[in-house]
Parts: sequence; structure tokens; C-alpha cells
Amino acid sequence: MDHLALDVAHFLAGGLVLVSFMLLYQDRMFGLLNIFALHALVVSLSVAWQAHIQLAPYLYITAAIALVVKAIIIPVALHHIVLRLGIHRTIETVVGIGQTMLAGIGLVALSIMVMLPITAEAGTLTREDLAFSLSVILLGLLMMISRRNAVSQVIGFMSIENGLILAATAAKGMPLVVEISVAFSIIVALTVVGIFLFRIRERFDTMDVHALERFRGGQP
Amino acid sequence: MTEFGSLLVDAILLLPAVSAALLALFRDDRFTGKLNAIASFATFVTSTSLFVVRPEPGTFLIVDDVNVVFIVLTTFVAFTTSVFSASYISHELESGRLTPSYLRFYHAMYQVLMFAMNLALLSNNVGLMWVAIELATLTTVVMVGLYRTPAALEAAWKYFILGSVGIALALFGTILVYLAARSVVGEGLEAMAWSVLVREAPRFDPHLLNLAFAFLLLGYGTKVGLVPLHAWLPDAHAEGPTPISAVLSGLLLNVALFAVLRFKMIMSANPGALAPGPLMVTLGLLSVLFAALMLYRRFDIKRLFAYSSIEHMGIITFAFGMGGPLANFAGLLHMIYHSLTKSAIFFSVGHIAQIKGTQRIPDIRGLTASHPLLGWGLVLGVIAIMGLPPTGIFMSEFLVITSTFARAPALAVALGLGLLLAMGALLQWLNGLAFGEPHGPDTPSKASYVPMLAHLALVLAAGIYLPPSLVAWFQYVAGLLG
Repeated sequence: MDHLALDVAHFLAGGLVLVSFMLLYQDRMFGLLNIFALHALVVSLSVAWQAHIQLAPYLYITAAIALVVKAIIIPVALHHIVLRLGIHRTIETVVGIGQTMLAGIGLVALSIMVMLPITAEAGTLTREDLAFSLSVILLGLLMMISRRNAVSQVIGFMSIENGLILAATAAKGMPLVVEISVAFSIIVALTVVGIFLFRIRERFDTMDVHALERFRGGQP
Repeated sequence: MTEFGSLLVDAILLLPAVSAALLALFRDDRFTGKLNAIASFATFVTSTSLFVVRPEPGTFLIVDDVNVVFIVLTTFVAFTTSVFSASYISHELESGRLTPSYLRFYHAMYQVLMFAMNLALLSNNVGLMWVAIELATLTTVVMVGLYRTPAALEAAWKYFILGSVGIALALFGTILVYLAARSVVGEGLEAMAWSVLVREAPRFDPHLLNLAFAFLLLGYGTKVGLVPLHAWLPDAHAEGPTPISAVLSGLLLNVALFAVLRFKMIMSANPGALAPGPLMVTLGLLSVLFAALMLYRRFDIKRLFAYSSIEHMGIITFAFGMGGPLANFAGLLHMIYHSLTKSAIFFSVGHIAQIKGTQRIPDIRGLTASHPLLGWGLVLGVIAIMGLPPTGIFMSEFLVITSTFARAPALAVALGLGLLLAMGALLQWLNGLAFGEPHGPDTPSKASYVPMLAHLALVLAAGIYLPPSLVAWFQYVAGLLG
């Protein structure tokens, strides 16, 4: 495998980590949706590049699914839902942006330190992509716990999923990648339908997941 | 003979899938309830035939000694729950909590869930198993939110978010297992086939396996409901329809545990890898102690028994974590008895909540006086779940504690403490629920008590006498689990 192919793969995977950081500091709902579309676009390009250098044409399907479903349909649908439910205000955070970014940097360092030593035999491409994808997954988890409203939690979850798709394609020759990405698209579609159908906003007057907790039973 | 066997395996998957499609078509609720039960019964009968006929492992599906126990248990409880569900659901329709179109959806989803669980148990491919467990999660999420009350939606949302994170972590672990296998087995489906993985595990890179197991234990552990990943479980049990609570506690938690066990077998086959036992023992013990304390201040009857499920999954994880033939044997028995007892309890709780129109424990009083059969059924179920003799759970808990005493006395003491705490809490609640002055509406129930009584009879009988052939077989399976 020549150097250029590797460099492009690393550029795209590293770009995904960068976009994950951008997701962390968005404080407007529409900004968040646009950056998520960018996230999905980068993952789609990255998967397509892997399909090209691994000579694995079936990965193009995964790339196409990521592009169509997650970079176009989902952001557009969420855009409509956000407008319809009237929640395009600023996003409430649990922890300040500064601390979140610092924690994020820590997580990226952690995942590189964990992944690189143990995947020494796996080949350069797999190693570094796995380290990057673990970073994306951990940043997504960080986003889910540092945000309170349902839409940003869903976006955090979908960025985790992008990280997983990157990991699955980096593990060269892994079977069922297409099936798994289809299964994930179903979850994502259901989530978005869920937000809309359940009308969390309408029923609870807020998308703040924290507010749902007062409905929990179990008081005497 | 093997061709016939693979036909049987296909039937176990196709029966629920086809009946799900059929159930989505019909409107008549009495008929769909019956069809649901008949389909579940047919699946159960087919699965019992796997004792006799054993197909060759294929690329995607496998039947071995380990998963037969799980499949027969799953299809049996699925069948009895479908009988309970028929009478429970028609009452929900009468009381107007569900509309006929929701009911149709409910029955179809019930069979989809059965399909997903059977597929997860039968799959020979770690990726396929992951997809199946994900499907099972999604169907239960929809079912938990079925009533569409604010509380039900909150529970479904929480379950969805936590379950998805768990399932995402599990997928990362699965990818790492594939990577570990790839350098030994080579690329392709073989490197994800369960039967190949276990055979080749000694040659895998132990560091990759260690990291993979951490992700898998956290991921699937979320679905098992282990503390501190349990937050979804009480809400999902309390707010969904009661048949789903029974299936969740009795079956789905087991299926997730089964996934953990499969990977534990890979780990223990590799000499260089971290021992998976201590991690599981810690999580298990934590779950037992935490749930035992939480049992004291619950005021919702379904939430109470959901915490009890966390406690028992903790005991089972603890037993499998200790490992060795005796502890595994105890864990296996405990898993079966817990499934039977807990679903029986949920059957009775379902009828009680329908009669009284509430799930609040302080509003339910003196059941043995107002509804003798139901009340005593609940008493019997709670006695069994507390682990009092002569029920089967007493025997399995006794085995867990004694086998631990020989190897790690301090752990056995801690576990015993958790069990006693839980017993005290349940006793305190049972006293008010079952005895004293009856309180609230006492309309007679038209429900069928056969499923509940059948489960309780099995648990009692198993505590007194277990056929030697069955014991020998369980001991053999326990030996395989390592």
C-alpha cells in the first residue's frame, strides 16, 4: 500500500475526530445539525476511501448509506422537527464548554495510548484508524453526558455510531459491515421518528431529558 | 438426520417470524391472542426436539450443549407468557388502555422479540448475535412505550438511550474480537464464527482480547442490568405492559448474559488473557448489594420486582464469574429458577394491578383474603424468590454460597449479607401486600392462573427433586462453561 493511500485515510479519520470536537462546542441547535451533517460526510468519504484502497466494493454501500441517510435525510428531518417543535434556542449544557473540551482532549490521548500498543501486529492502517475511531466513540459518549436535551443526545449517539462504522471498515475484511450499518440506520431512523412521534416537546413542554425525571414513579 | 436438524433450527426462527407477519394482519383480539399462544407453543415444541436431534454447526447458526438450555428455557417462558398475555391484554382492551390497532402491533412485536432472542441464542456469528440483540432491544423499547403515558415514554426513551450506548460499546468489543481472530484465522466469516473462535482462542493476541472483553462486558452488561449500568431496568419494567416485564426479566436479561458467557469462554480459553472472573464477580456482587438496599424504599410493585431482578442477575453473574464446575452449575440452575419464578411473580402482579387499578404497594392490602388464589400465588412466588426452602432458588443460592465459601470466604459473606438484606425487604412488603384487612376494589378476576401455577409448581418440584439425568446434563454444561 503506498504512502498516499495511507495519508488520505489518516487525514479523513483525523478529520472525523476534529469534527467530533466541533460538535462538542456547538451551542446552537442548527449549528449542531450542520456540523453533524459534516461529521457524516467525513465518515462517508472515509469509508469510500477504505473501499477504494481495500478493493472492497461492498463498502461503497456503507458509504452511500452514511451519505444519504446521515448526511442528508436525518439532518433535514431533524431541522424540520426542531422548527416544528420550536426548540431552536441555545443548548443547555451540564458542564462548561471549556471543561468539556479539556476532558475531550484527555479522552483522545487515552484512546491513542490504549489502542496503539495493543494493535502493533494489525498493520498501520488498522491501528491508527482504530485509535481515531475509539476517540470518536468516547467523544460521542462525552457529548451525550454533557448535554441535557434529547436532540443533542441523539446527535451524540449518531456520532458514536459513525465512529463504530469507521472502526468496522478499518478492521480489514470484516464481514457483515454492510448489514451492521443497515441495522444502525434503522436505530437512527427510529430515534428520529421517536422524537417526532412521541412529541417529547409537546407532552413535556421541554426537550430537556432532565425534566422527564419528575414523572418517575416510586414516591410514597 | 442432520438435515432434519437444520430444518428444525430454521423452524425455530421461522415460526416467530411468520406469525409476526400474520399477527400484524388480523384485527380480532381474541383470535390474535390465541394465535400468539399457538405460535409460541409450536416454537417451544420444536425447540425441545433439539435435545434429540443435533444439527451440524453452520456458518451462521449453531446448536451446542450450552445454548440448548437457553433456547428451551426461552421458548418455554415465551409460551407461558403468551398464555398470560392473552388474558391480560383482553382486560387492557376492555379498560380502554389499549386500542385494537395497538394490540395488533403488540402481538406482532411479541413474536419479533421471540425471533430476535432465538436468533441471538442460535447464532454462530458474533456479528449476527449483536444484530439480533439489537433487534430485541428495539422491539422491547417500542413495547415499553406502548401505553404512551408520560412515564412510559420517559422509560422507553431512557431504555433506548442507555441500551443503544451499551449496544454500541458491545459492537466495538466485537470488532476487536474479530481483529484478534483475523491474524490467526484469516479474513472473512470464519473469523467471526463462534465455533472457530473458541477453538482458536489460545492463539489470539491476549491484549486485544482483554480490551475487547472490557467493552463487551460493559456493553452487554448494560443489557443484563448490572449495577452501575442498570438505570433503565426499573423504569422499563414498571411502565411497560406486564407480559413484557415478565419477558424482560425472565428472558432478555438471560440472553444478554448468554452473550457475556460466550465471550467469557473465549477469554478463559486464552492462557495469556486477563481472567474474566474477578470483573464479573465484582459487578455481580455490587448489583446484589445495591439492589438489596434499593428494595427497601420502593412503592411501586413492578419496580420492586425489577430491583429484585437486578439482584438475581447479580447472583447469576457472580456465580459464573467464580467459575468452576460447581459455581457454574449453581449459576445455571439459578438462572433457570429465577426466570420461572420471576415471570410467575409478574403474572400475578399483572392481574393484581389490573384488579386494584394501581401499582402502588401501600394501596394493595390483604390479597390472601380478597383473592385467595392470586394472593397465595404471590406469597409462594415471593417465598421462592427470597430463596427460602424448599424451593429451587434456595438450593441454587445455597450452592453458590457454599461453593464460594471454599474459595473466597469474604466474598461469600458479602453475598450472604446481600441475600439476607433482600429477604428482609421483600418480607416487609409481602406482609402488607398479602395479609391484613383487604383494601381497594375487590372485583373477582377472570384471568387464567395456569401459567403462574405451572411455573411455581416447577420451581417447587425442582427444589425437592431434580431427575439425576438432568443434574448430570447440567453438570456437563457447567463443565463446558469453564
